[in-house]
Amino acid sequence: MNDAGDAPVTAALAKATPRALFITFLAMGLSGFGGVLPFARRALVDRHGWLTQGDFTETLALCQSLPGPNVVNLSIVVGARACGWRGALAALFGLIGAPFLILLGLGALYGRFGAYPLVQHAIGGIAAAAAGLVVATAARMAEPLIRSRWLLTAPIILLSFAGVGVARLPLIAVIAVLAPASVALMWRRPA
Amino acid sequence: MKALWSTLGALALQFATLSLVAFGGANTVVPEIHRQSVAVHHWMTDQQFAALFAISQAAPGPNVLISTLIGWKAAGLAGAIVATAAMCAPSCVLVFWVARVWDRYRHTRWRAAVGAGIAPVAVGFVFASAFVLVRAADSGWRFACVSAASAGVAYFTKLNPLWCLAAAALLGLTGALDVKL
Repeated sequence: MNDAGDAPVTAALAKATPRALFITFLAMGLSGFGGVLPFARRALVDRHGWLTQGDFTETLALCQSLPGPNVVNLSIVVGARACGWRGALAALFGLIGAPFLILLGLGALYGRFGAYPLVQHAIGGIAAAAAGLVVATAARMAEPLIRSRWLLTAPIILLSFAGVGVARLPLIAVIAVLAPASVALMWRRPA
Repeated sequence: MKALWSTLGALALQFATLSLVAFGGANTVVPEIHRQSVAVHHWMTDQQFAALFAISQAAPGPNVLISTLIGWKAAGLAGAIVATAAMCAPSCVLVFWVARVWDRYRHTRWRAAVGAGIAPVAVGFVFASAFVLVRAADSGWRFACVSAASAGVAYFTKLNPLWCLAAAALLGLTGALDVKL
């Protein structure tokens, strides 16, 4: 079942069953408040030895350059390397299954009690803080890009921010214009 | 009944498309989810959107599950399932196939260019998300101070972000943020 090309597959990963994948990613999804990644590294590299540290960094880079959340992509790639599409499905459902149910419960509670002033006050505070967290995430992502080649990256960051955030243009349109231009720039000036 | 089907169709189309362009995760497409849910389809108000985003951040799991709550708000349980599946399936199928090819071309120049080229575009989108969320959540300077404080703590320290959310919830509970009520 393992036909992941010449991808790195450790002995431990080759022995992983869909059941083990499901349970490992379930624990990951439940412990990851506001960021699953540190928990993912600990479980996949330190505890199970499914990936070496080098594999982890490289696989993560791959997951980051594809659409979709990093950890969701990670679950697909690791699951598939271990046992094909069954492994990918097991890891994916392990990762998002329990949080999905928890969110449904919270959503129902919000629908039932959301009109109470106390609940509104609390959620209003959380919403303001959550928005602040996204500011910090953006700044942390931008930092290495600005530091290495700010002349190339800063204008692109600014344009994509202005197009989607300020002008409220459809995201697809902004990607269709900016992504090819940006890739072409990086192609002419490799790091 | 017809209305429900057309809402489910709109959810499926919206999230399946976003799934394929969500480079860096759901945060990059929050402005588009906001635009469609509030301005185009009128499933919720600006403030309800901010509240749902807040709930999805305070809960465990990957942040792609904002789609679950949007779907639930628009069309109940069926909406939640359709939106979550639409948000996950296309990118997962793509990742499943691309991962094999990608491993093979690990050291080529075009792969490095694609990775380096997409990164700044995605970062711009995350800034746009932050901008949209701050504007939706901050009705007054007190809320803006909470946003600024949590951004500062998250950027400069390694504190678990959950502490920021918990502190803000307590502050909100005291009513200190909302004097007009």
